[in-house]
Amino acid sequence: MTAHDASDIAMAAPDVAALDAPATPANNPARPIRRLPVQKDWPAWAILTVQIGILIGAVAAWEIAARSGAIDAFFWSQPSAIYRTLIIFFTTGDAWTDIGFTFRSTIFGFLIGTTVGSLLGLSFWWSRNYAAIVQPYIICFESLPKLALAPLVILVFGIGLASKVAIATALTLVVSALTTFAGVKALDPDGEKLFYSLGATRWQVFRKLVVPFCLPWIISVLRVNIGLALTGAIVGEFIASQHGLGRQILYAGQTYDIALVWVAVFALSTLAVVMYVTVSWVESVLRKGVKQ
Amino acid sequence: MTFKTPTGVFHALAPVTLAISQGRFVSLIGPSGCGKSTIFNIVAGLLEPTGGRVLIDGVDATATIGRVGYMLQKDLLLPWRTVLDNAILGMEIQGVPLRVARGRALPLLQRYGLSGFEYLYPNSLSGGMRQRAALLRTLLFATDVILLDEPFGALDAQTKLQMQEWLLRLWADFGKTVVFVTHDIEEAIYLSDEVHVMATRPGRIIEAIAVPIARPRPRTVTLSPEFIAIKERCLQLLMVDSQAPLNAAA
Repeated sequence: MTAHDASDIAMAAPDVAALDAPATPANNPARPIRRLPVQKDWPAWAILTVQIGILIGAVAAWEIAARSGAIDAFFWSQPSAIYRTLIIFFTTGDAWTDIGFTFRSTIFGFLIGTTVGSLLGLSFWWSRNYAAIVQPYIICFESLPKLALAPLVILVFGIGLASKVAIATALTLVVSALTTFAGVKALDPDGEKLFYSLGATRWQVFRKLVVPFCLPWIISVLRVNIGLALTGAIVGEFIASQHGLGRQILYAGQTYDIALVWVAVFALSTLAVVMYVTVSWVESVLRKGVKQ
Repeated sequence: MTFKTPTGVFHALAPVTLAISQGRFVSLIGPSGCGKSTIFNIVAGLLEPTGGRVLIDGVDATATIGRVGYMLQKDLLLPWRTVLDNAILGMEIQGVPLRVARGRALPLLQRYGLSGFEYLYPNSLSGGMRQRAALLRTLLFATDVILLDEPFGALDAQTKLQMQEWLLRLWADFGKTVVFVTHDIEEAIYLSDEVHVMATRPGRIIEAIAVPIARPRPRTVTLSPEFIAIKERCLQLLMVDSQAPLNAAA
């Protein structure tokens, strides 16, 4: 016990006494009146206006800062120069070749990685022994920074599309396999019991119970995987490539064509958003199919 | 139908002999862990007994699956299938063509209180309805014997009474041999021709009590002296058993 504790108690005492009296704000100043904080939602158009306003403001500020010399236009480039480069890139440049190349490596990697990964995850249902043997390897591969293997992959698969697909596949495969395996592990053993009590074969249990049960798990990683596949493809292009947005960004940076870096990054993020939205849509369609 | 079943190092079941003649409704009651579910798993072929056999119509069915209809405690309806497609699961697994199976199941669903629900998904059904669907799935799996493991355990009292009547109607219509596990003594007596009382450690049947009450039984039969006498006997047996483990441990 300290003197401080004692004084706390002494201060509390009058409050306790006040509880006996009618609890009006006047005689209980320790408890201020509070109301539930309420947030009013703005209409959608107001939100959109502000969003566009911020974008225009930021671009304008950038342009003004570059022209007035507040920032170095050589390193940062400026919106007007980026716009001119954008027009050139899409009219006389390799825009579509590069976008197409990156798109293809991403999609192939995504499809192969997701399919093979999901099948691998499902295959663990077939044998507990096999799952126990393989699992540490999968986890090792999961924790390994797969991008560190990229130079090796380029050596093995060459500088063409195959190496980018391979890196994108490596990134997505493990995620799919582990998530699907989590689904397999969440399977209710009583469900299997029901099927076997009806005289089912293992193949029937797999097809009619395990696969439909794990589908939501498989679907849930699609969006994560499309992002990972794109990362894999870009890193592959960074290391050695003749085409692709990643290669364009690296090349432009090395030649100090900063406007082109911005253009390629802009094209890349547009591509990413388009693929993300598409996969989200596919996911919602599949989910509806699974629910019903 | 006969089987004897001591299992494993842990003696879940002492040698048990249970003979049930065709078309009878038989209940097993007993404390938790007395091996009711173990018996069911052995009869359904999901567990291989360490000794003893399962005979169905005199044919050895030990450790063979797909010989009896088995309804587990959970309804285990597949959420991605409609009620109709859940009900035909057994036939589908046995290789009956889908169209034939659906054609067979549809009138039954409609007759037994699931009309209007055939094409709905299980998650939009109430507990009682789900239980009906699961029971019909068990019945539609064309076997003579069905095992029901506490099918009404999770239902509220009122629904439970309705479901009991419903089950008796089904049983009268289909003439299957039913083995019913429950914790509810009154339910067991009301439904059954015969009640087998079990004891635990190791699981065994201590007494078979016949229920010689004529069918159809009105609800009020539960208040008749006859019924109460049987209920008293069951309670006695279960009470004795609840003291037995203490004696055994001492």
